[in-house]
Amino acid sequence: MTAPAFVIEDLACRRGGRVLFQGVELELAPGGAALVVGRNGAGKSSLLRVVAGLIPPLAGRVLWRGVDTRRTPESYREAMRYVGHADGLQTALTVAENLAYWARLSGAPDDPDALDRALAAVGLAELAALPARLLSAGQRRRLALARPIASRADDGGVWLLDEPTVALDRPSIALIEAAIAEFRADGGIVLASTNAPLTLPGAVRLDVSEFQLATAG
Amino acid sequence: MRGFTATLRRDLLIARREGGEALLAVIFFVLGTVLFPLGVGPEAKLLAAVAAGLIWVMALLASLLALDRLFQADWRDGALELMALAPEPLTLVVAAKCLAHWLVTGLPMALAAPLMALLLNLPAAGWPTLIAALLLGGPALSLIGAVCAALIVGARRGGVLMTLLALPLYIPTLIFGAGAVQAAIGGYDASGHLALMAATTLASAALCPWAAAAALRQAME
Repeated sequence: MTAPAFVIEDLACRRGGRVLFQGVELELAPGGAALVVGRNGAGKSSLLRVVAGLIPPLAGRVLWRGVDTRRTPESYREAMRYVGHADGLQTALTVAENLAYWARLSGAPDDPDALDRALAAVGLAELAALPARLLSAGQRRRLALARPIASRADDGGVWLLDEPTVALDRPSIALIEAAIAEFRADGGIVLASTNAPLTLPGAVRLDVSEFQLATAG
Repeated sequence: MRGFTATLRRDLLIARREGGEALLAVIFFVLGTVLFPLGVGPEAKLLAAVAAGLIWVMALLASLLALDRLFQADWRDGALELMALAPEPLTLVVAAKCLAHWLVTGLPMALAAPLMALLLNLPAAGWPTLIAALLLGGPALSLIGAVCAALIVGARRGGVLMTLLALPLYIPTLIFGAGAVQAAIGGYDASGHLALMAATTLASAALCPWAAAAALRQAME
């Protein structure tokens, strides 16, 4: 039994004067996964944004390897990869250029093979030289998901995936599931929000709706 | 520093791909200045007297043109969130974007300045100082503008709002820049003005990326 590397403690979030959720608790050991579910507007995306560090929490904290991620975010940011709703693609650049930039910004070593492998893992290998503006919605999503794969640290890390399977067809979902499984086998931790079918073996279910206040605060 | 160089290369590559859009500021600078001799009339003396001020005002306006796009596109497609979550401080990424903006707008404007000086009949004694002042002060325009661009990210009609925010902040650069050229034309030593100009740029380089990064973090909450 390994110690939990990733811990959420009593997390609460307020958006627009309303407490979305409070008292969220989660512990994940290396290789663990959690599926964040809940109705539209329940706060799945907000939870992931708080955990990523984009929104300051109303209360509570997120610990990465025992360290508060708001106090000392550096080591967390090196290990954490966030894929939000927006794909973050620059349409003037090619598929490969987009991916190379994000890998470099995430602090991953310059490794063309890793980029090629990541593109192959999401089924975009033959589109590497295509400008990103020509991609379909599903292809854009797959390129966004290639980002964490390309800049994967060897000693695990955390992936925060917000609705990763939106716009994806069945075979693409299978590709993403395979990439997540490989990452978890290497000790990676995955937190994914979804309303679509996404199979993560042994994943904890975290229903955001259960952490809502009875009346709006 | 890898994030800095990677962002700089990315933004320059985008500017090259988008070609015309990036050159818009320089073209505006040249065309706008050309209008003045046509409007005022070909009175060499009158033009020479106002040339330094005109060129600087046009440089300020032209550098504003491309500024509202500095963060807007990256904010809309989510790239800014990823930049904010990178291990590298967001301040460095912002600094890289400012440098790219200056290389694409400020530097070509400084290089086009002799042509403007010729058109407006600026006395030859002022030419070297004009180019030096534009080179020294240009980065300050990009840096100060970046803070304003960061503040209006996500706002509707942001472009107009940004102009109102940025123009008052550009006043010191304008005064030192035009003053330096006037001094050189009058036969005085312009180095005092140029030193103040360099100081403005250095102070902006130290403060503005940090302020812009803070404004962007606020916008993403």
